[in-house]
Amino acid sequence: MLKATLLKRRDGFTLHAQLQAPTPGVVALFGRSGCGKTTLVNLISGLLEPDEGRVELDGTVLTDTRAGISVPVEKRRVGYVFQDARLFPHLSVLANLRYGQKRAAAAAPLIVFDEVIALLGIQSLLERRPHQLSGGERQRVALGRALLSQPTLLLLDEPLAALDAARREEVLPYLEALRDRLSIPMVYVSHQFDEVLRLATHVVLMEAGSVVAQGSPAEVSLLPQLREIIGPEAVGAVLDGRVVKVDATIADLQLGHGALRVSLREARVGSLLRVQVLARDVIIATEPPHGLSVRNALEGTISALTLEQQEAAVLVTVDIGGAAILSRVTTEAVEALGLKPGLKVWALVKAVSTRGHAFHLRTA
Amino acid sequence: MIGSITPGEMEALRLSLEVASRSVLFSLPIAVLVAWVLTRAHFPGRTVLDAFVHLPLVLPPVAVGYVLLILFGSHGPLGGWLKRHLGIELAFTTAGAALATAVMTFPIMVRAIRIALETVDRGLEAAARTLGAGPLDRFFTITLPLMLPGVLAGAVTAFAAGLGEFGAVITFAANIPGVTRTLPLALYTEMQSPSGDLPAARLATISIVLGLFGLVLSELLARRVRRLLGRR
Repeated sequence: MLKATLLKRRDGFTLHAQLQAPTPGVVALFGRSGCGKTTLVNLISGLLEPDEGRVELDGTVLTDTRAGISVPVEKRRVGYVFQDARLFPHLSVLANLRYGQKRAAAAAPLIVFDEVIALLGIQSLLERRPHQLSGGERQRVALGRALLSQPTLLLLDEPLAALDAARREEVLPYLEALRDRLSIPMVYVSHQFDEVLRLATHVVLMEAGSVVAQGSPAEVSLLPQLREIIGPEAVGAVLDGRVVKVDATIADLQLGHGALRVSLREARVGSLLRVQVLARDVIIATEPPHGLSVRNALEGTISALTLEQQEAAVLVTVDIGGAAILSRVTTEAVEALGLKPGLKVWALVKAVSTRGHAFHLRTA
Repeated sequence: MIGSITPGEMEALRLSLEVASRSVLFSLPIAVLVAWVLTRAHFPGRTVLDAFVHLPLVLPPVAVGYVLLILFGSHGPLGGWLKRHLGIELAFTTAGAALATAVMTFPIMVRAIRIALETVDRGLEAAARTLGAGPLDRFFTITLPLMLPGVLAGAVTAFAAGLGEFGAVITFAANIPGVTRTLPLALYTEMQSPSGDLPAARLATISIVLGLFGLVLSELLARRVRRLLGRR
């Protein structure tokens, strides 16, 4: 478990955050630029001292201002991947990778050099200098360097923010591989929700220096606080499920009592899949539908209606038994259909509308 | 033509090189430390220390030599102690000439090193910290290599300037042939003599060539290190 309660005042900005996340796993700190994500990460790393607070990782206290404990950064064993990579320009890639490894405690290394090199695909870069690397390569080397310092916690501060879309796609699979193969807890800072969806096992929403909500991606996707950050158009339920059937480009995902058919290449039976179903793509029916092309009609009950005043729209939360779906409908539709909490409805989702929002979580 | 170099002039050249080298070797580590303190440390007397370091730039060199004589003369508070406990004599010796040169060129060196230190990305030091490097480790493996172009440039410039230090040397270490008569002192001596026109011209030429060589070397070194660091 990673637990942190931190207070820091600086230049008129106050960070007052509390987070608690299961380990190992990827904790995503998500929020707009300037909400205090980097400050929070710096406080956890020890690079910044809190005015008050406590940080505890798997029972080890890293910071406790009341007890006067503050483990020096160099002894914390916290790996840090910075947005700008921060490779040492006067050293080769190999020497950069070895820098932290040499200084790691002599205890049996959990993370082996060859394994990291293979995992990150940086074998051919070892002799080069940092200025001879592309942005994506630089971030992969920075990741390797942090991992080889044998960290008990890995902090990633927007490691993809300085990269263009193609480079991001080049690095993301490596991050997924790290999450799935190494059991190092990670804290991942991002202001891109699609990165969070791909990587996170726990999401912490931040706004103006405070943690406004936290939980699993599925839980957080239903919260109004998330809508405040990503806007109504991007809102949609996040669903984690296991693939139970694959047939051509359609996979059946087990969700609570029902199954969701999603359009997906390369799905394998037994693998875990995460999909986001955008609320604007979901139709609500009060009767079982007939003669429609839509592949998914998930039976459930309305558990909440949230009015979006500026848009004259209503966000409907449908409980489908062990999971929930969001649908965005007009206020007019709510009145015409008599939608209200407790009503039995069918949520209609086109299989193809989930494309591009489906992520492999962990291959079985 | 201005004729060939005499053994006495060779001696002066050799002495100048020796004095300048010893002065740089002695003052370089202190200059790095002082530059670090002036850039990174925050303490009440910083401005005063800064002014004190730069004092030789604005004082008459003769005044610097005079103060050194008071402090490091064999009866001075520091000189007396050095003589009694370590058997070191500075006034009127080659080592003394090196000390006077070191004091005079110290501001040049500190200035160059300071500028270099200010350009070192502190983020890289923070990264080294997260990788387990303590303060001294960080300084020697990250900070110092990154400021090396400035340190080298400072050292070479101070060396070139040190070859020609006159006022402080002649006041503190006198003008003793083979001991403290460096190039500028030899040049000055020849100019006082009625037959010294040609030797003076030779010595002046040597000084100019050495100075040029030093400055060009400093630039080349800096360029080379910059390339090594990948910042063209």
